[in-house]
Amino acid sequence: MSNPMEFLLWTKGPMFDWALAIFAVGLLARIVEIFMLGRKHNYAAPKGGEWGPGFRTMITRTVADTGTFARAPFDVVLGIVWHVGFLIVLLLFIPHIELINSVLGLGWPGLPNPVVDAISAVTVVALIAVLVHRITHPVKKHISTVEDYLMWIVTFLPLVTGYLAYHRLINPYPLALGLHIFSVEIFLIVLPFTKLTHIFTAFIARWYNGATFGRKGVES
Amino acid sequence: MAADKTLGESLREHGVSRRGFLKFCAATASMMALPPSMVPAIAAALEKAKRPSVIWLSFQECTGCTESLTRSHSPTVEDLIFDHISLDYHHTLQAAAGDAAEHAREQAMKENFGEYLVVVDGSLPGPGSNPGYSTIAGRSNLQILEETLEGAAAVVAVGTCAAFGGLPKADPNPTGAVAVQDIVKDKPLINVSGCPPVPMVITGVLTHYLTFGQLPELDQYRRPLAFFGQSIHDRCYRRPFYDKGLFAETFDDEGAQKGWCLYRLGCKGPMAYNACATMRWNAGTSWPIEAGHPCIGCSEPDFWDAGGFYNALSVPTGNTTGALLGAGLTGAILGGAATALAKKKSKTEETKREPVKIDELEQKL
Repeated sequence: MSNPMEFLLWTKGPMFDWALAIFAVGLLARIVEIFMLGRKHNYAAPKGGEWGPGFRTMITRTVADTGTFARAPFDVVLGIVWHVGFLIVLLLFIPHIELINSVLGLGWPGLPNPVVDAISAVTVVALIAVLVHRITHPVKKHISTVEDYLMWIVTFLPLVTGYLAYHRLINPYPLALGLHIFSVEIFLIVLPFTKLTHIFTAFIARWYNGATFGRKGVES
Repeated sequence: MAADKTLGESLREHGVSRRGFLKFCAATASMMALPPSMVPAIAAALEKAKRPSVIWLSFQECTGCTESLTRSHSPTVEDLIFDHISLDYHHTLQAAAGDAAEHAREQAMKENFGEYLVVVDGSLPGPGSNPGYSTIAGRSNLQILEETLEGAAAVVAVGTCAAFGGLPKADPNPTGAVAVQDIVKDKPLINVSGCPPVPMVITGVLTHYLTFGQLPELDQYRRPLAFFGQSIHDRCYRRPFYDKGLFAETFDDEGAQKGWCLYRLGCKGPMAYNACATMRWNAGTSWPIEAGHPCIGCSEPDFWDAGGFYNALSVPTGNTTGALLGAGLTGAILGGAATALAKKKSKTEETKREPVKIDELEQKL
């Protein structure tokens, strides 16, 4: 890899395939295991349904209750801002849609680039703010592990490199784009083996909690 | 072709007026991002410049670069300058053939030792590969290049093949092709990439060399910054459509008819650095994107291997869907196996379980 173009082609070619393969193996292995392990068979007749309460809890646990908001407004607001911003940038930027379409065959309309640009700027600032809060807040600092900081870096890098590439602040552009793609590949590789797995398991867990409470039956 | 006449005399002989000549100097100054105060200096230097001896070596190439540089449909100051540099050796353009042609090169090298310019188009089989893939007069490209380099003042690699290896170097590179810059280590070298390059760029570079006696400021790929300093994307007249998110999705849809951005049709403009968007082609008539075709990024290294010309820049180059499906399936099998193992272990443990009876506990107490 003697030049930026070779680096870009490596990130777009073999490295992307490897990253995606590790991501898919890891994620599927974990999800399939979670679903197949399941629970023991239930012999008691439940009083309520599972699906309704399950989906309700997916929503109620996503929206902070008033008590939580009153106690930690910063965490709630900034948490929502950067999560939503991250998802918008990831899923509604035209070049990303083209990539997803080429891999999965699924496409949808995107947002105008300046809108995505503004949202990514807000997301970057929000992520910096949550890191500063984590470092300065005594309780947060105490309970933070090395993994927490690593996950922040792994999440922050794709955003900031994407922003730099879009604004062409790194020259030449193949290097900027290569760095962005490479940072995403690191994200994909570590996702199934760290707490980033919550991207896929958080809503499953919320549904599961709601379903368990909703069925009002006995399960071992 | 001795280089006796000055460039000014040669141009006048070919009917180029003083006004036309100064216009060319002004255009060159602006094109090379030089201040207007430099125009008289350029004119004076060009006027007096002896036509430099140029040895043009064609290796693994398609002659497209020569076509681009010589076939403009009206004689302009640019191509007169190009034609009337003392082109002492050029396969396509020289009258001599065979032994006489090779003697012309040797003679030019002898007479202008240390002063001639070497222009190369095409890549060449590298030092470690079979030299038989490309030979001239029974000698390998590498031998000829190394020999010609000895007395060269500077080297200009014209076209993407010479600058970066181009098509011959594309995967799987059967001839072991290398770029000129892989061979030239101790001479000033300038890359004028493009497949083919914009004609004005080569005359601009030659003018700069004649005026200042040195090569212009270069980018990290040794290309003249004045022409390769900005990307196609940054200078594209369709850029506002990219910014608004308005894209042509097929070559005949509403977006294509309205001239919207060609990103989704595979435009490599964001990664391509060239002067097409500003200088255009065919005497400023048009350029690929204006003609409705996405930029293929032909001025960049390895552009042949940079994914399908009609795939968006963000699309991976490999068989990613296959990798994803295969890996997903493997993951699911692994997950299933892990579950089966866990359940089996749980059952085994259950069979081995030795319940403690109250009597036993009481005995222990």
